[in-house]
Amino acid sequence: MATASPTSLESAPRILRLVSECSRSRARAGELRLPHGRVATPVFMPVGTQATMKGITAEQLDALGCRICLGNTYHLGLRPGPELIQKAHGLHGFMNWPHNLLTDSGGFQMVSLVSLSEVTEEGVRFRSPFNGDETLLSPERSVEIQNALGSDIIMQLDDVVSSTVTGPRVEEAMYRSIRWLDRCIAAHQQPEKQNLFAIIQGGLDADLRATCLEEMTKRDVPGFAIGGLSGGESKDQFWRMVVLSTSRLPKDKPRYLMGVGYATDLVVCVALGCDMFDCVFPTRTARFGSALVPTGNLQLKKRQFQKDFRSIDPECACPTCQKHSRAFLHALLHSDNTAALHHLTVHNIAYQLQLMGTIRTSIMEKRFPDFVRDFMRTMYGDPTLYPTWATEALASVGITLS
Amino acid sequence: MKLSLTKVANGCRLGKIKNLGKTGDGSMDIPGCLLYTKTGSAPHLTHHTLQKIHGVPAMAQLTLSSLAEHHEVLTEYKEGVGKFIGMPEFLLYCSLHDPVRPCPAGYVTNKSVSVWGVGGRVEMTASRFMAIQQALQPDWFQCLSDGEASCAEPTSIKRARKSVDRSLLFLDHCLRLQEESEVLQKSTIIGVIEGGDVLEERLRSARETAKRPVGGFLLDGFQGNPATLETRLNLLSSVTAELPEDKPRLISGVGRPDEVLECIERGVDLFESFFPYQVTERGCALTFSFDYQPNPEETLLQQNGTQEEIKCVDQTKKIKTTSCNQEMTSFEINLKEKKYQEDFDPLVRGCSCYCCENHTRAYIHHLLVTSELLAGVLLMIHNFEHYFGFFHSIREALKSDRLALLKELIRRQAS
Repeated sequence: MATASPTSLESAPRILRLVSECSRSRARAGELRLPHGRVATPVFMPVGTQATMKGITAEQLDALGCRICLGNTYHLGLRPGPELIQKAHGLHGFMNWPHNLLTDSGGFQMVSLVSLSEVTEEGVRFRSPFNGDETLLSPERSVEIQNALGSDIIMQLDDVVSSTVTGPRVEEAMYRSIRWLDRCIAAHQQPEKQNLFAIIQGGLDADLRATCLEEMTKRDVPGFAIGGLSGGESKDQFWRMVVLSTSRLPKDKPRYLMGVGYATDLVVCVALGCDMFDCVFPTRTARFGSALVPTGNLQLKKRQFQKDFRSIDPECACPTCQKHSRAFLHALLHSDNTAALHHLTVHNIAYQLQLMGTIRTSIMEKRFPDFVRDFMRTMYGDPTLYPTWATEALASVGITLS
Repeated sequence: MKLSLTKVANGCRLGKIKNLGKTGDGSMDIPGCLLYTKTGSAPHLTHHTLQKIHGVPAMAQLTLSSLAEHHEVLTEYKEGVGKFIGMPEFLLYCSLHDPVRPCPAGYVTNKSVSVWGVGGRVEMTASRFMAIQQALQPDWFQCLSDGEASCAEPTSIKRARKSVDRSLLFLDHCLRLQEESEVLQKSTIIGVIEGGDVLEERLRSARETAKRPVGGFLLDGFQGNPATLETRLNLLSSVTAELPEDKPRLISGVGRPDEVLECIERGVDLFESFFPYQVTERGCALTFSFDYQPNPEETLLQQNGTQEEIKCVDQTKKIKTTSCNQEMTSFEINLKEKKYQEDFDPLVRGCSCYCCENHTRAYIHHLLVTSELLAGVLLMIHNFEHYFGFFHSIREALKSDRLALLKELIRRQAS
């Protein structure tokens, strides 16, 4: 990482090296330099909530080419707790993951998972679902836990409101998130080892979001996340907020769009200028028997696959597609052997990573807009079936879908 | 197929079965075990993770109970179950039932036997049974048989006699059908020894079955709790004495290390590996030592460790799991216990399995407490490798005439 001069305004390390930019859209290909190695961008980060990528081993995840994945501070903070993880040489040591980790702050779970949580200026007060103990997750406490976890990228604690909320609460949360960002920066004990990202809030209000962008970009952080989206809002409002955010975020720092993982959303948001994404969708849907393919998904438990002896995707290089047919997976999914779920988890992660790799290559080879057109045609078939929001979003950055 | 014995000592047979499989290149060491599968896959494991295990047996056990309902699919597939399940490199043995899941009794008739799949009961006459085997094309398969004499305790002589009569009729019928099937010429029928706990019937079953051109013998109905096994072990010696030396003897439902040794001493060659699966399902890890020749320094360290663990597992603990009401044995530790929360040792010091080389007891404990799928994966890897290592040590001990040492070591760890 670049050494910082104490007097410079911009002393945060530049962890993103841009390799190529699309001349039409805002898409960029780059490389993140993190303590646990380099990560090619744009990147999709699978979510391994509780120090495990569900049923697949660290070695399998590494073999798929994953170089960064997520852990959740809320979950790990409760079980097994930061002290134990620290004894285990951090989250990397505890789960024996040699590559990069990103932990979120616990903010989102506080609100989405815990019915009895209360937000004050201090932090989020909540009750543990496991032992009923009352705890306060403050910006300081969140950073403290993440320092113990030792993840390569840590997130500020933000005041999260659902994107469907309107009114003064949104403004309150936005300003509070700025104040909490400052508290996180002050509390962060390991800036040389862990990169603290800010999270832009402001809901679906352009003015609020613009204010947040203006203020947070004054802070000296290595990266920015676009938060408060990917909830229940319409795609129409969603993309406009993404575009606004990437307009105002510095070019030389990574843009992390939180909670986005559907293929179309990934492609469009890369076009809009985002570099990093995370989502539980691919791994979660795998455990329900759904395999991701370029044309959508295959619900392999359905009867139509009973005698389908083809692999999930003939173009896919993952171990599942190399060895198994849809028919076998169908039979296995109807048994109680968990191996079925793991086969699909492997494939879906491979699908996501392969997609990002293809996107990246097309940017580097200066044919990203063509790639986008091919992608949409494959996914939706007829142009009349293209989602309007995607067409409009892409058009806003110079990519027309004929 | 050719079974060559290199040594027979105190009833134990050490040797090799050669010329196995469709190409005739396969071989298996005996005494040995088969890889346990559920619906054609090792439990929890993909090919990738299965490959990480050292010492995986050359032959896998498939169960008809999990595959019979896929008969139509396999028939249309045409290329056999080995290829269908993605295990073309394995030798395959198809048993009737799943040793972990005893099926409801009372469904065997003179004409048919039933197995239970996910979709319910599949009733098979000899014809249907052989048609299914034709679709599966396994290397070995257990012949259709009546295994219910041993379900009731004590067995009635009448029921024992019927189990033998029926099984022989099924065998003869299946052998006739095999003659008529070109596809099944490459598959070997394993004759099933029945007869409950009635000595005369067991002997009759053994003698009569041995007269038929079967490739090997399955000793059925010897499974049960430790108490019943003791009485059945006596029967076992009498039974194997009646069987030809040059054909393999399999036993179903026996998995505990001490019971395995008892059976080997009574002429059994091949076992299933459902036991490490049961251990996995109750969140436990096999930790028993089979190192009958440890170096002196390590002995002290390991003995201290083992002694401590034995003390804590004084009584056998009942742990209810989803798939079986099995009691925890003294051969394992329960990773759910709080004391493992901060234990950064591997499951077994010195174990070279993927789990022990990469993870700690504390991590496994965390995975179990949070009900994460990876717990089953990692425990299965370790438990299989440990169990296969045990069988390897049996063969080594027999080779060097040290089985008594191994037996004593295991006996000390049995509670």
